[in-house]
Amino acid sequence: MADPVLKIDGLEVLFPGFAGDVHAVNGVDLDVQPGEIVGLVGESGSAKSVTAMTALGLLPTGAFRQSAGTISILGRDVATMSEREMNKLRGGDVAMIFQEPQTALNPTKTIGKQMLRVIELHSDLRGMAARDRAIELLKDMRINDAEEILGRYPFELSGGMRQRILIGMAFACSPKLLVADEPTTALDVTVQRQVLQLLHAKARQTGASVLFISHDLAVISQFCDRIYVMYAGRVVESGPAQKVLGNPQHPYTAALIEALPEDADPGAPLASIPGTVPNLVNPPKGCAFQARCRHAHAACDSRPVLTDVGSKHQAACWLREEISA
Amino acid sequence: MSFLNVIRRRLMFLILVLFGVTVITFTISNLIPGDPARMIAGDRATPEIVQNIREDLGLDKPLPVQYLRYLEGVVQGDFGNSIRTRRPVLEDLRIFFPATLELALTALFFATALGIPLGVASAVWKDKPIDHFVRVIAVTGISTPAFWLGLLVILLFYGNLGWLPSGGRIDPSLEMPTRVTGFLMIDSLLAGDFQAFGSALKHILLPAFTLGFVHLGVVARQVRAAMLEELQQDYIRTAKANGLSRFKVVFTEALPNAMIPSITVLGLALGDLLYGAVLTETVFAWPGMGAYVVNSIQALDFPAVMGFTVVVSLAYVLINLAVDLIYMAVDPRIREVS
Repeated sequence: MADPVLKIDGLEVLFPGFAGDVHAVNGVDLDVQPGEIVGLVGESGSAKSVTAMTALGLLPTGAFRQSAGTISILGRDVATMSEREMNKLRGGDVAMIFQEPQTALNPTKTIGKQMLRVIELHSDLRGMAARDRAIELLKDMRINDAEEILGRYPFELSGGMRQRILIGMAFACSPKLLVADEPTTALDVTVQRQVLQLLHAKARQTGASVLFISHDLAVISQFCDRIYVMYAGRVVESGPAQKVLGNPQHPYTAALIEALPEDADPGAPLASIPGTVPNLVNPPKGCAFQARCRHAHAACDSRPVLTDVGSKHQAACWLREEISA
Repeated sequence: MSFLNVIRRRLMFLILVLFGVTVITFTISNLIPGDPARMIAGDRATPEIVQNIREDLGLDKPLPVQYLRYLEGVVQGDFGNSIRTRRPVLEDLRIFFPATLELALTALFFATALGIPLGVASAVWKDKPIDHFVRVIAVTGISTPAFWLGLLVILLFYGNLGWLPSGGRIDPSLEMPTRVTGFLMIDSLLAGDFQAFGSALKHILLPAFTLGFVHLGVVARQVRAAMLEELQQDYIRTAKANGLSRFKVVFTEALPNAMIPSITVLGLALGDLLYGAVLTETVFAWPGMGAYVVNSIQALDFPAVMGFTVVVSLAYVLINLAVDLIYMAVDPRIREVS
């Protein structure tokens, strides 16, 4: 098997704060293989984005500290790379799209200017050739009047249009890894579907790997080959999408699936997970989900580790160990 | 709305502003105790002489009539004659206004040339030593009285070090260059007289620094705040994700957008500098409008004071118009909305 395009080992990230350090990421192991679409799922505050942003070095310097772990992209340890090398990587072999297409583009520069900037930075295309490439990218994203769009400003375009432009920009230099951080959350449902399909088709067509971050299980299930479920800065379950979603082995994953509105009876209250994500200034010693888990018992006071619960399927829960033991 | 529409609307607004300004200054001038006719006539003049002067100047007419007469002159470009210098006020202003404008623009240049980089550095290295340094400079600038700072720099650079002259616009032994713009530094360059240019430059350094120092702080703080705001915007993250270097992110992405709100502050600063020059000019014996108006006030020279007020108000409105036009030029969103 080829080198993973992204490999994260034992990542720990903390944010220094007045009340004490916030332990946002607490030992995450994660990998993305070539051509694979990997989902990272969890509720708000589970550190999905922080994990991805740390990997690409996009967190504001000074605001956080990576206290442990290694990150390698395309086989290279990020810690050994200079700022210049990272800049070459970002926008080139590694691209990222974000949650808010409304604000992710510079409001005072035309779309063309912003697209050409990336193309010229990471390829040999210049002038008209770069412009042609930009038009081609937009056309790939089903933007018909691409020439005209290049002269427009972001505020003149809809959210769906902007996100398609951002996806087009992300694919500008044929990235090997695309990190998509909730790319459709801010869009309405019909546009969401269209954007997802475009993203999916483009990824498959170019062979790019995708790390897809979302709190939307329905989207994840349609889109991803393999998923990681995160809770309170840890991976609690991972495996092929059908297995994890069809046969969840961690009570948190199960609760998330139960909370999907699709299966609810009309008129009946929607299922939810009681309580909130634990305070990560003083993370719980045992299983972080213990306080909200209906299966919690004495063993949960010590922390479970990820163990195999099936082929390529892992979960971190004492319940499974006891059953298998 | 197009640029032309903005200009047209602002110029209509200008008429209203000037009307208001003249009404107010005219009223205040006439409320101040003191009789210009008596000032001109002197202590020992007979009541008849004073009365004659009063009639000559039209001061015996009712106030509204006096005002309308004044306004009639102003719209024809006649601000009346200065009681003190006996010359037309407009001619006086033509001599003194460029000196003040040269000083104000140099001060503004100083404030922005230092204030913008300091503000940027302060935002990029927030909470680092450079940021603390800039904040101290900014607070010091805002809270230092210009006349005191002026005396201090004269004491240091003229008194102790002897590097720079203490006052005036140019070395009195040098011949003044031919007047083209009224800006000595430009006129001397146009005349190819580098000695005069050097002298003019030396003379303007201390007053421009003194006048600009207050605004250096204002500009640095404004740019710092705007940069901090821009640097945490999502498009900055996109730029980083696109592989733009840190330098480019700061200077080609964040700074141009941060300058949009800062333009307002710069426009206001230039307005402030024009009348703020009054004190600085007095300290540095700078022969500008500030010194002229101070002397005029003391002499109850109302036409001169009103002429000054009208010109400064005019400058204010025009500066604001320029700010609006620059806004439209740099921000496509404003072009669209208006």
